[in-house]
Amino acid sequence: MAKIKGAIVVDIDGCKGCGLCIEACPVEVISLSDNVNVKGYHYSYMTDPDACTGCSNCAIICPDGIITVYRIKI
Amino acid sequence: MAENAITTKELVKKENLVYQKTKLLTDDVMHYCPGCGHGTTHRLIAEIVEEMGIQSEIIGVAPVGCSVLMYNYMNFDMQEAAHGRAPAVATGIKRLLPEKYVFTYQGDGDLAAIGTGETIHACNRGENITMIFINNGIYGMTGGQMAPTTLIGMKSSTTPYGREVSLAGNPLNMTDLIVNLPGTYFVSRQSVHTPGNVRKAKKAIKKAFEYQSLNKGTCFVEVVSNCPAGWKMTPVESNKWLAENMLPFYPLGDLKVPEE
Repeated sequence: MAKIKGAIVVDIDGCKGCGLCIEACPVEVISLSDNVNVKGYHYSYMTDPDACTGCSNCAIICPDGIITVYRIKI
Repeated sequence: MAENAITTKELVKKENLVYQKTKLLTDDVMHYCPGCGHGTTHRLIAEIVEEMGIQSEIIGVAPVGCSVLMYNYMNFDMQEAAHGRAPAVATGIKRLLPEKYVFTYQGDGDLAAIGTGETIHACNRGENITMIFINNGIYGMTGGQMAPTTLIGMKSSTTPYGREVSLAGNPLNMTDLIVNLPGTYFVSRQSVHTPGNVRKAKKAIKKAFEYQSLNKGTCFVEVVSNCPAGWKMTPVESNKWLAENMLPFYPLGDLKVPEE
């Protein structure tokens, strides 16, 4: 069976740490970082790259449009 | 397995790209609070304009409210209007330049309070414009005061014990009023609190832009949105509150669809 692997790239300094992407992710691969970005927000990042399916839910819900999604069939 | 050896670094290539921020939004960081539905709706409009290929043919009218600086984020022509007067300004633009796509983007304090007259008359005249109405039940920009759309019992900075009908009257459901006007062609109510609803909202807004070229009347889309700062909640909590409290009073769906 073909497997789908995805990845997200977060524009760290654009992130406001609202956490909507974490709620929207069906496979729970996104978390808020312990570190803060240039504006002082805890930014979101991909904790478990192997589980990401590239469904784009996080990018679609992101109010600031800072998530870029990549997907490949392997 | 060899397939699993693909690392994230190898995956992040142009040919594997499935979603990125549209070029029709400028690189300016939006001033909205974290988790605000305005940003999502701005992005939907920019994506639709890009998909329809009408970047040079569209003119937006920005309101007064949180989205007053919308022209900073949109990479196409925008016009600022006085508080509540966006439909009147859009009427003028559309009548002078009938071949352009013209839309207004207004919040509930703008469209449903000070601009009620302009809104109702523009819809009643059937101006060929698209109106996007962001309803978060509160005046977000000025500090969370009660708006006409504030729900009964909902707390705001001017109704700290919750809105009472005896004192503040009933909430105003603008879209239900507008749907009865003969000038409207397409009326829909959507929300942006889950990815599924964002996809539906995008479809509805796209229809509202496409129908404008038919010159059949006003296309009106209400977007029920959150206001985490005004509601004093986290963004995730505010979206849950929206689904539990706003949606029963503002049910989603297409209220008026053109007959095929």
